[in-house]
Amino acid sequence: MSDFRTLVEVASALDAGTISSVELTRDVLSAIADAKSLNAFITVVDERALAQARVADDRRAKGLAAAVTGIPIAYKDIFCTRGVRTTCGSRMLANFVPPYDATVVERFDAAGAVMVGKTNMDEFAMGSSNETSYFGPVHNPHDPNRVPGGSSGGSAAAVAAGLVFAAMGTDTGGSIRQPAAFTGVSGLKPTYGRISRYGMVAFASSLDQGGPIARSVRDLEVLFGVAAGFDPRDSTSAELAVDPARHKPIDALRIGLPKEYFAALGDRRVAASLDTARRWFEEAGATVIDVSLPNTDVAIPTYYVVASAEASTNLSRYDGVRYGHRCEAPQDLEDLYLRSRSQGFGREVKRRILTGTYTLSIGYFDAYYLKAQRVRRLIRDEFVRTFADVDVLLTPTTPGVAFPIGAVSDPIEMYQQDVFTVGASLAGLPAMSIPCGWVDGLPVGMQLIGPHFGESLLFTAGDAFQRATDWHTRRPGRKP
Amino acid sequence: MTILEKDIDKLCALARLGLDADERSAARTDLERMIAMADAIAAVDTSGVVPLAHPLDATARLRADEVTEAVDRDAFQALAPLTHDGLYLVPRVIE
Repeated sequence: MSDFRTLVEVASALDAGTISSVELTRDVLSAIADAKSLNAFITVVDERALAQARVADDRRAKGLAAAVTGIPIAYKDIFCTRGVRTTCGSRMLANFVPPYDATVVERFDAAGAVMVGKTNMDEFAMGSSNETSYFGPVHNPHDPNRVPGGSSGGSAAAVAAGLVFAAMGTDTGGSIRQPAAFTGVSGLKPTYGRISRYGMVAFASSLDQGGPIARSVRDLEVLFGVAAGFDPRDSTSAELAVDPARHKPIDALRIGLPKEYFAALGDRRVAASLDTARRWFEEAGATVIDVSLPNTDVAIPTYYVVASAEASTNLSRYDGVRYGHRCEAPQDLEDLYLRSRSQGFGREVKRRILTGTYTLSIGYFDAYYLKAQRVRRLIRDEFVRTFADVDVLLTPTTPGVAFPIGAVSDPIEMYQQDVFTVGASLAGLPAMSIPCGWVDGLPVGMQLIGPHFGESLLFTAGDAFQRATDWHTRRPGRKP
Repeated sequence: MTILEKDIDKLCALARLGLDADERSAARTDLERMIAMADAIAAVDTSGVVPLAHPLDATARLRADEVTEAVDRDAFQALAPLTHDGLYLVPRVIE
């Protein structure tokens, strides 16, 4: 049976003793088994989960429970889990069983959370629809013929379908926010460096950031509290301490609407949902003003140059020697590298590796990679300047609602999905997507972007909105 | 920017990637269109702008030069496709 309580609600039930973690975990595992057709999970770990749940129940009985103790959660299959296969959605890592845990996994383990499995994703997190997974596409719980978004599509679909109370995802150019929008759940990409990248399979290291997907902003805040913090094992981990306090009430918030984002939004019904949200913030006492981010139109090309270059470098480690896929009967070392990589990587991954190889090669490095890094600074600086005048930015998360599986076959068209999310990624800013409307029976997401390390401002704005509205409580099969 | 067959050959050699016939026919068009998309950044005036490698302009953190992790060779080599006597095996490189 699917369970649509929020993580905070189910934690209260565990505290009150109305349900045990073992009972809860059994229900969750049974719901996952019943929802196999969604293809949200690559690996489910029944026995391991029940063992963790028993430990969690003991811990609670001793009065040592933390906020997430005993709560079943899932990890995108990009987080290394000791002894549990971690595929990154690729044939390359189809049999990879890590010898260590990602820091994120260690932190949730230490807090007593129960891992029920690893969620499906676009191969090496490259995709906006979850269609590039070696393990097949994930289906959107609101309409199985549509995509759940990507690349954290399995994580978002699992939360939206009531299969887990939360799932960890990763976001390089929108991979938490876009699937959260497409499936009607809440997702947070924290400030770059806020959550450790140690044990997260690398895609584009100057952009990759882990973050939670859940059913409410309050839940995101709790999960962020567990996952965030300095980690000496990640060389780009932020040393600034996490400040859990919310410093501003909603009626003191200054909210900016970047005019370039709204000008680029073609779907009028999505625009109408955003407009309703804007009016709600005004009525709640926030000051809403128009702002301008003139380099928005070059964010996508800048992002794809930087991300592909970093991907081609990061993915050079897959050589068929130390771990990962190895071809049969290689004739020589070159043949071993070439055929192992050619068989192990899918089409989108190869496309990005070739693009990155091109922009990093002699004669093109200055014109593309260095140029993109310069434009990236302009984009970052104009966000930083804007945050002198506003506390958060309110934008659409996606250009439209979830599209049918197979509808977007052109890669360049697929990249346009990221038009509203890559800006915050390039600038390293925290950004959150929460549901704010409904079009054709499908959820619409709004994005809130904050200044560096300003996650608490996003929690203030998002939580106030969710306390007054019910978009985040709408479930698959229950149309408005 | 026109991408030629020989450009694809060179990129594939650099990236140690082989493409099947289908992938190959798409690769030239895809790459030409990717580069056409990327060319939009050429019009942005970036004179005097320092390239940004880290969104917070952080630099690499140094740590004390001390051993912090032991290498568990057996555990790591358990992941390898082919090993022998603690060595990773690859096709013979030197005859």
